[in-house]
Amino acid sequence: MPLNVVVCVKQIPDPATPGKLDPNTKTLVREGKLILDDSDAYGVEMGLQLADAAGGGEVTLVSMAPNNEVSGLRTALAMGAAKAILVSDDALVGCDALATAKVLAAAIKRAEPELVIAATESTDGYTGTVPAQVAELLGLPSVTFAKHIEIGDGKVKVQRQTEAGYDEVECPLPCLVTVTAGVVEPRYPSFKGIMAAKNKPVDQLTVGDLGLAPDQVGSVGARQEIVEITAAEERKAGEIVEDEGDAHERIVQFLEQLKVV
Amino acid sequence: MPVSKTWVFAEADGGKPIPLTLELLTKARQLGGEVEAFYAGGDAEAIAGELGTFGATKVFTTGDLGGALVGVPAAAAMAAQIEAGNHPDLILFGMTYDGRDTAARLSARVDRPVLANGLDVGPDGDMVETAIFGGVTIVRTAFRSDPPHIAIIRPKSFAPEPAGGGPAEVVTVDVPDTGATNAARVLDRHVEEHTGPKLDEADVVVSGGRGLGAAEKYELIEELAKLLKGAPGASRAIVDAGWVPYSYQVGQTGKTVKPTVYIACGISGATQHMVGMKGSKNIVAINKDKDAPIFSIADLGVVGDVHKVVPKLIEALKARS
Repeated sequence: MPLNVVVCVKQIPDPATPGKLDPNTKTLVREGKLILDDSDAYGVEMGLQLADAAGGGEVTLVSMAPNNEVSGLRTALAMGAAKAILVSDDALVGCDALATAKVLAAAIKRAEPELVIAATESTDGYTGTVPAQVAELLGLPSVTFAKHIEIGDGKVKVQRQTEAGYDEVECPLPCLVTVTAGVVEPRYPSFKGIMAAKNKPVDQLTVGDLGLAPDQVGSVGARQEIVEITAAEERKAGEIVEDEGDAHERIVQFLEQLKVV
Repeated sequence: MPVSKTWVFAEADGGKPIPLTLELLTKARQLGGEVEAFYAGGDAEAIAGELGTFGATKVFTTGDLGGALVGVPAAAAMAAQIEAGNHPDLILFGMTYDGRDTAARLSARVDRPVLANGLDVGPDGDMVETAIFGGVTIVRTAFRSDPPHIAIIRPKSFAPEPAGGGPAEVVTVDVPDTGATNAARVLDRHVEEHTGPKLDEADVVVSGGRGLGAAEKYELIEELAKLLKGAPGASRAIVDAGWVPYSYQVGQTGKTVKPTVYIACGISGATQHMVGMKGSKNIVAINKDKDAPIFSIADLGVVGDVHKVVPKLIEALKARS
């Protein structure tokens, strides 16, 4: 039975460059080239492998970005996803988590997938609530924090992380699963994949195309507001010693002072 | 407007409330107003005593969920109460697997925003404080919606203090039929064996990172932790690499720890890691790179090779015992 998978992906500023807040809008500055969030590469790979194991079906990417950004999507397309739906609209700037979930849910609906995959949280915002909000809005069951996924007999079998270890969870399709880093090893796009990705379809939609009112999304629709930004109390650097073969003695002394040894 | 009523989403492990639940009850009490707990599970009677001691007058419970994952039925039951007029101003969830699921589902169900990663809540319960960029910047975000406000709070944000009240009254509530949405079932639970103290409760934590170079070198971390009667931890990098299980991870996505001493070995200090350990009372860092960010928060920083310093430290500690 073919398995059509939607993978939610986020394009984020390179985490290697220091983050900034816009002093006026008090939101994260997302300028410059955006890249595929590393956390999402696991979901893309998992989707590709599951569709492959099912013997057919394809992976559709769903993403939301304010500025028609596609460079991160091209990376995921180069890995092997068939196509992408990108919701891009100036009205989306400043979306809160629930509004983001409403936009993604409306876009996912168009692809009619049997399985929706998302990361447990994004690297830049890490609210970690959007996937379960999407599932609730779509009326889908969800299994979060998956560290292993298999599909068979119209059901998904997931090892779900817990405080104590993991739970073996079963859920009929269609459903939504969030994956942790390490669920699978993401492939590097091949040269052939990179070339092919340039011609894969990216369906660009606006908020209006999805039937959402502009005042439901973005900063206009946001029902939370950053009211204050301050510097945290700084933790000062202490003593720095270069190891010349005896630094362990200084550590023992330090632990003694703290009565740990 | 002062808070007139706060709900705490209670969680339990082995018939006892988890520490995070007691932390949230303590905060809820400080906000003033009534404090009630909401518990998704069949053993509410077992935890009602301790919930009461920490300030909850009532505990609403769904009863046994028959193996269903908590998020869907718990959120549906909470939403039904809210729609029927049993209406808190604020609902506090812990940043746990089930806490996040339930808060997110509830948010969509009652169409209210949710603020996550909270470290504190404003005096009127309408503002949540979070730390971003690895904890160097504090952001305060206000709700601009009608109550109930939904907040998800990180562990160890508040010190739990008992109030000495009697047991909370157990009130069983209806769980609305959610059909196929509630189809996920837990078939089996696997518990990873642990010896020594729990990572998030240990007085000493020794963590290893990529600087260890190879998976088998993690033995050094375990040995040092054992000698110090502490718990071994890890950076995300080596968890992702599969060297140690996820339950060892300290950081934004892993555990938050605040031990007396945190010893970081071969950890450079990525934002993701520092968020989870910078609240430690004392930090020792051992790293080859003198420019590693971890040194900016270390009380004692050793610029050196973990493969040389840690074995010598182990020998020195062994010689003492």
